[in-house]
Amino acid sequence: MTDIERFRAELAEFLERELAGQLGELPPAGIADYWGGRKPELPHPQSRRYCELMAERGLTAPTWPKEYGGGGLDKEQAKVLLAELRRLRLPLPLIGFGLSMIGPTLLQFGTEDQRREHLPGIVRGEIRWAQGYSEPNAGSDLASLAASARIAGDDIVINGQKIWTSYADKADWMFGIFRTDTGGKKQEGITFLLLDMAQPGVEVRPIRLISGASPFCETFFSDARARTRDIIHGVGNGWTVAKALLGHERTMIGDVFGTGSRARNQAAGNPAVELAHDYLGVRDGRIADPVLRDRVAQLTMDERCFALTTQRAADSVKAGHKPGPESSIFKIYGTELNQRRHELMLALRGPQCLGWEGAGFDERELTQTRDWLRSRGNTIEGGTSEIQLNIIAKHVLALPD
Amino acid sequence: MQLALTEDQTLLARTAHEFVSSGSPIARLRALRDARDERGYALDRYARMAELGWTAIPFTEQDGGLGMGLAELVLVTEAMGRGLAPEPLIPAIALAGRAVALGGTAQHKASWLPPAIRGEKVLALAHAGRRGRFDLTRVPVRATEAGDGFRLTGEAAQVWGGHLADAYVVAARTAGADGDRAGITLFLVPAAARGVTSVRQHRIDSLNVAQLTFADVEVAPGDVLGRPGDGLDLLGRVIDEATVALTGEMLGGMAESLDRTLAYLRDRRQFGVAIGSFQALKHRAARLYIELELSRSAVMAAARALDAQAPDAAPLVSLAKARLSDAYCLIANEAIQMHGGIGMTDEHDIGFFLKRARVCEMTFGDAAYHRDRFAALSGY
Repeated sequence: MTDIERFRAELAEFLERELAGQLGELPPAGIADYWGGRKPELPHPQSRRYCELMAERGLTAPTWPKEYGGGGLDKEQAKVLLAELRRLRLPLPLIGFGLSMIGPTLLQFGTEDQRREHLPGIVRGEIRWAQGYSEPNAGSDLASLAASARIAGDDIVINGQKIWTSYADKADWMFGIFRTDTGGKKQEGITFLLLDMAQPGVEVRPIRLISGASPFCETFFSDARARTRDIIHGVGNGWTVAKALLGHERTMIGDVFGTGSRARNQAAGNPAVELAHDYLGVRDGRIADPVLRDRVAQLTMDERCFALTTQRAADSVKAGHKPGPESSIFKIYGTELNQRRHELMLALRGPQCLGWEGAGFDERELTQTRDWLRSRGNTIEGGTSEIQLNIIAKHVLALPD
Repeated sequence: MQLALTEDQTLLARTAHEFVSSGSPIARLRALRDARDERGYALDRYARMAELGWTAIPFTEQDGGLGMGLAELVLVTEAMGRGLAPEPLIPAIALAGRAVALGGTAQHKASWLPPAIRGEKVLALAHAGRRGRFDLTRVPVRATEAGDGFRLTGEAAQVWGGHLADAYVVAARTAGADGDRAGITLFLVPAAARGVTSVRQHRIDSLNVAQLTFADVEVAPGDVLGRPGDGLDLLGRVIDEATVALTGEMLGGMAESLDRTLAYLRDRRQFGVAIGSFQALKHRAARLYIELELSRSAVMAAARALDAQAPDAAPLVSLAKARLSDAYCLIANEAIQMHGGIGMTDEHDIGFFLKRARVCEMTFGDAAYHRDRFAALSGY
């Protein structure tokens, strides 16, 4: 038995016997994600215990070093873990911005003390993190941010406002960028720091979106406190950290849409085809409406092509090439593809796509319509498509400023 | 399926690119066009391509080839697409040559493949007429039984590489009617056969096609490729292979059009600055780059799927041809627009790519045809 086979066997033993033995019923794949935190929402009664038992072995952050609570797995082992979870139809034990954004950033820029203090809590799902970046007057032009951080001894005093803070109303800590110096270039004088949100100087108000949901918040700071030991990479060096973190964020968004479409392609069914058959009917073995049939084919082909492109990027990295700014195409194309998918689903349902709530519309129709409204934000959040196009033009195509 | 190049493939791509880009390829095509050159390509360059092994790529070692596949061939056609090289590699090798290799008897192969691989003889495929667009069941030549053999009558249009070919693979209907899958037979017909006439046709891309007329051309039973009446599968297979080779060419043409446009955006100055500094143009250029990257994945995947005879090879071929058709036309149109006034002139080279893009789009099925085929193959 090779090492990797032994690893797979031991993992399967743990997942199938030990875990199932301790928990009885395990959460099934396909239910809502578990985000952890001090006051966690439980998509399944066992979600929290499942996360804790996985975290004891570092399997919530499989590739992070063991000394910070991670699994210490190499990439091949991490792939085996994902494959085993899929095989046993188990969900990821934990997701969140701790794992996807601030964790990798601390591994890259944090001091030993900072890593030891913050990473284990992320691995165990004890602390849920929010991202404090955008401000009312600093969106695409992020570096013009104004929320201030004034250093006072071992403390930092924070004033101002952040906006579009995802799930801030459910988060325990925030990582963010604040202005420590108003002189000089706008990129200078920015400091990246961490702060506990459970304090009187921090107020969070959810923002109601066109979809009716409120995933984003406004966060107000009035003499809120942070500690100087929670400054990452030094005072005034926050822009460097912020940009690196945006890279992690884009990778995550690209992954979500990329692997999402890959998984959809591998599944036996094509939801658009099923909807078309249901709402439009079949004539001579074809979707009855030729124009919509063409749109279904176009979208399906584009999704497949996008999945092939994310695979090509991964194969290229495996072959020893470095990932470059080309990855900006995944954010743009992946989010636009998601919007087109939702637009097509509405078109296939016809007037049944118009329901907001209540009688005459089934649950899937209503959910679909809310999801479509939500998808309009995909090309704005995490860096607008226009900003991504600027990045490609400058860093890939070498067009002048 | 690995969507990355091996070291050997990287080397092949580099060699091909260096060879094609040497000696001002677009100026060469322009000169051939302006001289109304009878051949329309350079014999010595085609011989050199054969020496480099390109004509041997898709044939088995038993047939005198290199035993490689489309994954390699698309690297060569991509280089040719960058330089709009008019040599008949796709029609003679990927299309008609492969039809002989897949459907021919030992004798057919012995007679035609070695000289084709040496670049000394050129084969061409005649399968389409003036009507029917891309429907492979609508072959323009009728074959009636005559004695032991058949008599061919009809007119094939825009036969790629057909103007000076030494032999033709002719798709003819021996039974049934348009729309029937059965009843199509492939024949191997020497160009010198009595009753065959070839007239050079002139298209927008200045590449070489011919109208072939078959007037009671007598063919023997031994001239049939594959089984009589059963030729559609073989025809479909070689057209799928040649389609992928063509998408390689299209990828090269797109990449070159975009590179030339980017160079122009950096150089051309208006309002005191390089026009490439304008966001309206930057964003459009970045969109074209995205199309190019997605197209490259589609070509690589289709080539590898056909090489492996994967079950989803046919839909991947349609995916590639649909995307490349749309994307090459888009990039070529945008290239003209971003070049401004000079882009409309015959004097500037960028227009050659627009013309070739449109021809490639209409060869082996346009985007709409391939979306329809993809849907049908996927069961909807």
